[in-house]
Amino acid sequence: MSPEKMVHMANQIATFFKSQPGDDQADKVARHLLDFWEPRMRGQLRDYIAAGGKGLDALVIKAARQIG
Amino acid sequence: MKDFIIPDDRDMGTPARVGAPVTLEIDGVAVTVPAGTSVMRAAAEAGIQIPKLCATDSVEAFGSCRLCLVEIEGRRGTPASCTTPVAPGMVVNTGTTRLRKLRRGVMELYISDHPLDCLTCSANGDCELQDMAGAVGLRDVRYEAPENGGLANHFEARNTSDEANPAWMPKDDSNPYFSYDPSKCIVCSRCVRACEEVQGTFALTIEGRGFDSRVSAGGAGDDFLGSDCVSCGACVQACPTATLQEKSIIEMGTPDRSVVTTCAYCGVGCSFKAEMNGDQLVRMTPYKHGKANSGHSCVKGRFAYGYAHHKDRILSPMIRERISDPWREVSWEEALSFAANRLRGLQAEYGQKSIGVITSSRCTNEETYLVQKLARAVFGNNNTDTCARVCHSPTGYGLGQTFGTSAGTQDFASVDHSDVVIVIGANPTDGHPVFASRLKKRLRAGAKLIVIDPRRIDLVKSPHVEASHHLPLRPGTNVAVVSAMAHVIVTEGLMDEDFIRTRCDWDEFQHYAEFISDPRHSPEAVEMLTGVNPEDLRAAARLYATGVNGAIYYGLGVTEHSQGSTTVMGIANLAMLTGNIGRPGVGVNPLRGQNNVQGACDMGSFPHELPGYRHVKGAEVRGIFESLWGVEIDPEPGLRIPNMLDAAVDGSFKGLYCQGEDILQSDPDTKHVAAGLAAMECVIVHDLFLNETANYAHVFLPGSTFLEKDGTFTNAERRINRVRRVIPPRNGYADWEITQMLANAMGANWSYVHPAQIMEEIALTTPSFAGVDYALLEEKGSVQWPCNTEHPEGTPLMHVDGFMRGQGRFIVTEYVPTDEKTGPRFPLLLTTGRILSQYNVGAQTRRTDNVVWHEEDLLEIHPHDAEVRGVSEGDWVRLASRSGETTLRATLTDRVSPGVVYTTFHHPDTQANVITTDFSDWATNCPEYKVTAVQVSLSNGPSEWQEDYAAQAALARRILPAAE
Repeated sequence: MSPEKMVHMANQIATFFKSQPGDDQADKVARHLLDFWEPRMRGQLRDYIAAGGKGLDALVIKAARQIG
Repeated sequence: MKDFIIPDDRDMGTPARVGAPVTLEIDGVAVTVPAGTSVMRAAAEAGIQIPKLCATDSVEAFGSCRLCLVEIEGRRGTPASCTTPVAPGMVVNTGTTRLRKLRRGVMELYISDHPLDCLTCSANGDCELQDMAGAVGLRDVRYEAPENGGLANHFEARNTSDEANPAWMPKDDSNPYFSYDPSKCIVCSRCVRACEEVQGTFALTIEGRGFDSRVSAGGAGDDFLGSDCVSCGACVQACPTATLQEKSIIEMGTPDRSVVTTCAYCGVGCSFKAEMNGDQLVRMTPYKHGKANSGHSCVKGRFAYGYAHHKDRILSPMIRERISDPWREVSWEEALSFAANRLRGLQAEYGQKSIGVITSSRCTNEETYLVQKLARAVFGNNNTDTCARVCHSPTGYGLGQTFGTSAGTQDFASVDHSDVVIVIGANPTDGHPVFASRLKKRLRAGAKLIVIDPRRIDLVKSPHVEASHHLPLRPGTNVAVVSAMAHVIVTEGLMDEDFIRTRCDWDEFQHYAEFISDPRHSPEAVEMLTGVNPEDLRAAARLYATGVNGAIYYGLGVTEHSQGSTTVMGIANLAMLTGNIGRPGVGVNPLRGQNNVQGACDMGSFPHELPGYRHVKGAEVRGIFESLWGVEIDPEPGLRIPNMLDAAVDGSFKGLYCQGEDILQSDPDTKHVAAGLAAMECVIVHDLFLNETANYAHVFLPGSTFLEKDGTFTNAERRINRVRRVIPPRNGYADWEITQMLANAMGANWSYVHPAQIMEEIALTTPSFAGVDYALLEEKGSVQWPCNTEHPEGTPLMHVDGFMRGQGRFIVTEYVPTDEKTGPRFPLLLTTGRILSQYNVGAQTRRTDNVVWHEEDLLEIHPHDAEVRGVSEGDWVRLASRSGETTLRATLTDRVSPGVVYTTFHHPDTQANVITTDFSDWATNCPEYKVTAVQVSLSNGPSEWQEDYAAQAALARRILPAAE
């Protein structure tokens, strides 16, 4: 998928969980990505972050560390 | 399999009542019925049929024909049994000499104004007038035209002197499916009452008085087609004579047997009797014991089944090397081995996860189960998805998070107990017409209605129904509106604290209450975003919170947004705040789009869930299937439809088996879908017709219609209904057999011989289906899941004593504006939907006479927006978004607000989805069909895309003549 589309989708997820109470938002984003994103998509996200992660919400970057 | 025995199908004369038992005596037989029951119905319960003409049990008694007279001891005269309620100890006689004489006199009068052409009449053998003439022993008609007098009848076009009879009216054949022959009308008004009471359209009336009384559709000069008639068939069903009759019966004759089955159109899931004459299907009539529809129907289910025999139907398998080649008809063996070799080859070259399936929400549960099993057990991956991805996947996520299950909470009959109904992002009179009739009946009885929709849908104001509030929000602001309603309920102290304390997570409620009480969620604060009058919004919230039984019904106008899942949670919050869960008349009710979209979801079509909504990451759940199937199941989620297309464009997804789904037409951003399909090396389309997706296919497997196979569909109320084979599959095989043959060609070794065995496997593996089997369905007619040891007869109402997940969860619903924004280039918002006569991509309904109601997709535009663009009614306009452009004709209407335009997506040549974008729901990737920034301008002709598409489609549909 195009990087813009992936960034958009990942940021949408982060935006939702940021609005939720508690201090485990990154865990929740990570869990959502693990539950619903196929490994290829998660791989693309990790590669993108490794290449700088331009445009990604900080919460996505934090969460991505947990998705192995 | 033993044949289904149709339960007592007699016409009981008047509707059933609920009440305290009353015992009376009829013709010496003691009978006990609920208070309020008519004497006629009580007699029918005792097995005594009182002659009648104007009474039928689908409508209230009217007392006009005077044929059902009875004698009641201690009462004077001969009252009509249809309008006389039972009383304790009443002694009724139905067949005295006096009554027989009176009835014969009545019948003699009726017959004096009726043609005596019974032998050649299309209702011969199916005519209540004929039956009653026989029942009362009519042998003679003494009334004759007076000497030199006028010929006072309605049925002879000319008298013996060849003078025209002014009282005679010609047949009205304007409706494609039924005819109205006024010369055979006995003015019993059953049709008029059915149109009012059953359908709720009020299209028919009795015009004139006395001898001049005639049934009339609309005003003077209107015919049936030109009137408000929606062709639901209720009048035809109610008519006791040949006056209103199906043209199929006129052409083919009356049926000799029938098979009860389930409609394959919308998620209401109406039961029908498929009526057969020999091996020909002559009529579909709504089945009165069908629990979803109680004897009602709409124009699609009742009449639009002719596509099964349409000339476009493909009956032989076809293959081709490349999509630029013409199709070649081949044997099933050749097609299946070609497909299997290609798929296995792709897996060898590109990896196990390079192929996938799309299950069909139009096929049966059993068929869907097999298709996802094909992916999981034969392909060895979780690349399975279904069209619910693009409609109700946010319901699955949103209700799953809040209540613990995606299931709708009620049965349809629940609405009979509702006091306030919110309809949000749904247009039931077009999308779910039979449910809409039930809803309108309740509204006419006094329930209040709140409509939240950018368009002024018919429910907002139609005969004898008017919404208390219509909140015409800007597309894309559902969360802001729903949250503002919750704000009003919480800040004005209208919530049901007892319910929240006992049934919900109190800590989470505290968070939520603090969040929602913030003034930024107030109706006044969000008005600038939503365009909704804050006073109206406050009043609507108060009405819902204080109206005793409040029910919410919603559709794709809620889910198909970037915040679709968030809106679903917001709706669940509203229901929990007000305690509107767990009893009749309340609840959260997603109106599902396709006939078996509920079932497709239940059957594990989603890439992250095994059947019964259990995530593939769960080792225990995988274990159930692994031990039964003898394979290892991938613990990782697979690709969703949009992800499959993205992966195809990226080159890592190469093969697709797509059953009964036309993703090229139905999915958003057509150009992207086309690019994805074109990038694949093996696309297998399994369908009735060469649909749009098939233009990109290498293998075409001809499918079977719902008339041609056995199985089950699950409707929006979780009701599992039987689908029964009426005619043999014209393509040779039922769809489940074809999937099995494909699986076996890939080495699976499956050996199902009947869908009942597949259901046994579903029950064995899926706890909510544990108690379901075909024998139970034969016995009960239908059953609502969960059906298991705890609920052996199914579950009409969910969450009665507690939520599925234990405690209900309030979830914070922050409004996030969609990134699809209007601007100078694209200043208008397009929203899409559908209309009554067409279904989804129109593949079926466009191949029926339903096209007389909708032969093309039109763009609804507000007169102001039209005027500044120089657009007049009927003009061709260019509709453009950042994704693409198309042309279609405009219609000017104030049903849409200024700034909003609307169209339907039933026709491939207009193809609304060229315009829609790739934005999607944050949680589920459900596309944002309902909001696209567009521009509208005058146009000279088809867009470049339309021309290219038409050329490509024509080439792609070529079929080589079969080899000799």
